[in-house]
Amino acid sequence: MELGKDLVAASATPLVLAILAEGDSYGYAIIKRVTDLSGGHLQWTDGMLYPVLHRLERQGLVAAKWGTSESGRKRKYYRITKGGRTQLAFQREQWQVVDSTLRGIWMMKAYPT
Amino acid sequence: MTADSSPLEEQILQWRQYLRRRRAIHAPDVEELEGHLRDQMAMLTEAGLSGDEAFLIAIKRMGNLDALSREFAHEHSERLWKQLGMVPEAVDGSGKATRTETLVVFCLAVAAAVAIKVPVLFGLQLDGDEAFYARNASLFVLPPLAVYFAWKRGLAVMTCVWLGLAFACAAVFANVFPFATRSDTEMLSALHLPIILWLVVGVAYVGGRWFAAERRMDFVRFSGELFIYYVLIALGGGVFTAVTMMLFNAIDIKADWLAGDWLIPCGAMGAVIVGSWLVEAKQSVIENMAPVLTRLFTPLFTILLLAFMATMAWTGSPINVKREVLIAFDLLLVLVVGLVFYAASARDRQKPPDLFDGLQLLLVVFALVVDALALLAIAARISEFGFTPNRVAALGENLILLINLAWSAWVYARFLRGRSSFANLEQWQIAYLPVYSVWAMFVVVFFPPVFGYR
Repeated sequence: MELGKDLVAASATPLVLAILAEGDSYGYAIIKRVTDLSGGHLQWTDGMLYPVLHRLERQGLVAAKWGTSESGRKRKYYRITKGGRTQLAFQREQWQVVDSTLRGIWMMKAYPT
Repeated sequence: MTADSSPLEEQILQWRQYLRRRRAIHAPDVEELEGHLRDQMAMLTEAGLSGDEAFLIAIKRMGNLDALSREFAHEHSERLWKQLGMVPEAVDGSGKATRTETLVVFCLAVAAAVAIKVPVLFGLQLDGDEAFYARNASLFVLPPLAVYFAWKRGLAVMTCVWLGLAFACAAVFANVFPFATRSDTEMLSALHLPIILWLVVGVAYVGGRWFAAERRMDFVRFSGELFIYYVLIALGGGVFTAVTMMLFNAIDIKADWLAGDWLIPCGAMGAVIVGSWLVEAKQSVIENMAPVLTRLFTPLFTILLLAFMATMAWTGSPINVKREVLIAFDLLLVLVVGLVFYAASARDRQKPPDLFDGLQLLLVVFALVVDALALLAIAARISEFGFTPNRVAALGENLILLINLAWSAWVYARFLRGRSSFANLEQWQIAYLPVYSVWAMFVVVFFPPVFGYR
């Protein structure tokens, strides 16, 4: 399923933060985790993740550090910061409100799917 | 690696070079993206694809490079700063937009130049009614400048109305008070009005989106560049005026009136508009100058302050509290805030702290110490002084700058110890901007009546 651009943009922050909250990671692994979690429904354009990561880094929600991969290449690892965890909790609440509101209205009427 | 890795490496190299040509994508980003590409390819090869197939799919998944470059530019707008202004023309091709803009700028510059001569029609002469012109100087030129940005950014009508109202209010407060001749509050009003109105211009500059921090930082960059362009234009104008006078002198005709009444005032007004347009259009021609100047002068000012403190300690001579001493220290703080600000505006936020950051912190701390010494000296003798408008204004400004610097020092120190990101310093400076204008508004609106227009 192709999600709208705005929805992808809005969900990127909580998704990335949540994945990093599971443990430090790097770009490719994050993309892979998103695909796995969504059962392949949520397909990001790979490159677009990096501007998002850089924005989170600028906002101080994640911290980045260069390390080496198993194959010995340089790789940039990302770690969630304390601020990032606060932000994640905050966003989680917001998404839960949206989610429960939508659920409420989905239940009220039988919408054709 | 397999045997066919060589042509594949060649392809990856080409892709990397193609990426590298984008200005918004820096070398570390290319490296990061390449790592991603290789991870993806490794995974696909493992699944049974050939190297070439894996490369093609990985590239495809990476997405359109133009779109990606735009995203990077959006996130790192400071990187694009150097090529702004050139792009639209190149895409447009016809150059029609550029010509329209030149025409608009020309008209607005003429409007600003004419505006300063309009009061003459009502009998207010430049020499004789200096106070009137001092109070209103910014009102002749900043409205046309705001119009330029409103036009360029396509501001919403409501925003334009608010900006117009702000200028109208400023005009009222500049002229409604019955100032005594040569009064201090009048001079203060003349000095502070431009600070308020510059914020109004800023709202137009950012296209009404004042709360987008990145745009606000762009406005700060713009202000610094405009100042430098203005000084350059003023130098040229000075030469032009001197040559004019010399030429007419040669045929024994006095041209002083031409210079004093027309060339200098009209030129000073028009130059603001033309300078702004140059900064907007030619950003890429001259590298950003303001940050370069900060790099040069931060070490010098740090040494100066150190030498000053050392001399004070060595000779034991206290700060001699005279009339201008508070203003001198205000100026010092303004300079230091400027240095911190423009260093921040040019900094790559992702770089770890380096020596220059340490130097900046040192400069801020020294400035704080020196200013604290000055304030102590002044506080000790405040009873002898009494409260005049000048002193209250200078003290207020000192306090505002002191708060800014103290907090900057704190944030800087945290950044140097790796406890916080550089963005926090930038955010603090940007968030503090309106404070200056609010204080200026306070001085313009309340000082004259409170101090009885003296």
